[in-house]
Amino acid sequence: MDKKVISGYIKNITAIMVVYAIIFYLIQIKVINNYYNGILILAGIYIIVAASLNLATGYLGQLALGHAGFMAIGAYTAALFAIAVDLPKYVELVAGLILGGVVAGIFGLIIGIPALRLRGDYLGIVTLGFGEIIRIALLNLSFTGGAAGLKGIPRYVNFTEIYFLVVLVIAFLFAFIRSRHGRAILSIKEDEIAAESVGIPTTFYKVYGFVVSAFIAGVGGGALGFYQRILDPKKFNFMFSVEFFIIVVLGGMGSITGTILAALALAFINEFLYSIDELRLVIYALTLIILMIFKSDGLLGRKEFSLIKLLNRFSKKTKIENAD
Amino acid sequence: MAQFIQQIINGLNVGSIYALIALGYTMVYGIVKLINFAHGDILMIGAYFGFFALATFNVPFGLALVISMILCALVGMAIDRLAYKPLRNAPRISALITALGMSMLLQNLFRLLFGAQPRRMPAVIELKRIEIAPGIAISNLAIITILLSVGLMLLLEFVVKKTKTGKAMRAVSEDKAAAKLMGVNVDKTISITFAIGSALGAVGGLLYAINYYQVEPYMGMMPGLKAFVAAVLGGIGVLPGAMLGGFVIGLIETLTKGYISTTWADAFVFGILIIVLIFKPAGILGKNTREKV
Repeated sequence: MDKKVISGYIKNITAIMVVYAIIFYLIQIKVINNYYNGILILAGIYIIVAASLNLATGYLGQLALGHAGFMAIGAYTAALFAIAVDLPKYVELVAGLILGGVVAGIFGLIIGIPALRLRGDYLGIVTLGFGEIIRIALLNLSFTGGAAGLKGIPRYVNFTEIYFLVVLVIAFLFAFIRSRHGRAILSIKEDEIAAESVGIPTTFYKVYGFVVSAFIAGVGGGALGFYQRILDPKKFNFMFSVEFFIIVVLGGMGSITGTILAALALAFINEFLYSIDELRLVIYALTLIILMIFKSDGLLGRKEFSLIKLLNRFSKKTKIENAD
Repeated sequence: MAQFIQQIINGLNVGSIYALIALGYTMVYGIVKLINFAHGDILMIGAYFGFFALATFNVPFGLALVISMILCALVGMAIDRLAYKPLRNAPRISALITALGMSMLLQNLFRLLFGAQPRRMPAVIELKRIEIAPGIAISNLAIITILLSVGLMLLLEFVVKKTKTGKAMRAVSEDKAAAKLMGVNVDKTISITFAIGSALGAVGGLLYAINYYQVEPYMGMMPGLKAFVAAVLGGIGVLPGAMLGGFVIGLIETLTKGYISTTWADAFVFGILIIVLIFKPAGILGKNTREKV
């Protein structure tokens, strides 16, 4: 492997561990109290789901409005699995999250095939309807606990687990987008007809990208269940899907690091503005409209924050200064 | 049998409202190829205007209807001017997100202004049940709803087919550039389309509110979505398709409620959307159009 690539990996991994160590230490000495710890964990879940939505919307260019539905499927699958079986904590956690993701992915396939076969904006409305179906189903089925919600889920997720889950998901997404498949997906967003005419099976890649997105959203949902210990079907409504959408648009459609920043920012802003919910939503809605009119690919656009580039820039500067 | 016919009548009642709303979706989609998510909220606004006219100013029903239609037409035109027009040549997804943002804005603005509590719609017409056969009754409200809807649809059909404005609308939806070359004022035509669609939405909203006795900021979402499903079912962009789709969705919904399950009725409607997209994506009356590069 290229020396540069390896040193890049080392730098990134070091940075991830250093950030983890700092936050973990701050939690230990109670500078970050339980309340903020909770917001951090929720922000982590927001990052996972919003990043998955960014794959569908930012990279694939499809409007997906039912990610709360995929989350709910993942959450209920993982939770029911963990309640049913009796295995060591981490086995249950990992198996539950994967299972939740897989089931969400299967549902993604079921609704993705009819909607994505067509050109046009059907996915938005189908996913919206799908989210509603899931919510209605969860409210009315008995094995999901119905309207009262699903209780008695073990708490397997805390800051450490969510932090590394986020790292894993983000690393996977970066690798995925830069792979052959990722480039095919990007080309569909750029120009579907041109992509098709150079031989890219557009329907296949649209469905593929969407299923991966649903899978990750399911994993995020599973993590939510393992953190909250109770699942309320009413929470997984249309507005919940839209919140992820706002994160993606704010962070930049096609920027994973932008999504991370926006998710962190919104998790805290949501918490502070909770008491004035109406105003909060009016502000978000206005932000969406104004952003689309004046900067239609979101605040960060497609820019990615890169630690390596930043470090290189610094080292170059110091070299030049030394030479002087 | 009597119960079945009763359900059909109820279905036609709801269906005619969906059809009115679906027309707005399909007209806007036909002309600017945009799913106007905010259309559902136009019907909410129409219901609110109607509510204030009826409850606060005590105007008669017919006048309230006209006021609500005119105001909603203005709101629809304003939305188009402010939010959609700057994005006419932008990527589709930007316009869709704007529409979504507009929908959120309208809902939450009305929640901010008038509160989340549902308000009780005054009884506009003295409710009378007319027995047409043993066990089958139709309320005068249902008759008014159905007649008004069908009448407006016929009027719309006339406007689109016979008037100069309608001709312009059809031309713009077929080919914007060519229409412009022929001297059609494209922007004005689009504005008129939004105005007509929104006015019909206002009637739908007011009738919906009267049928369900209340107005609230989020009331537009569900009927809006179902009307969209109706528009897709009938063939999006095709006016008779939207009417047909509306009636079909209304019938399916009431029959599901009557014979299968009340709680699952909404899920059923969305299930139909998915099935339609699998088997006949162009809708019942839609044509398969070839794509031009």
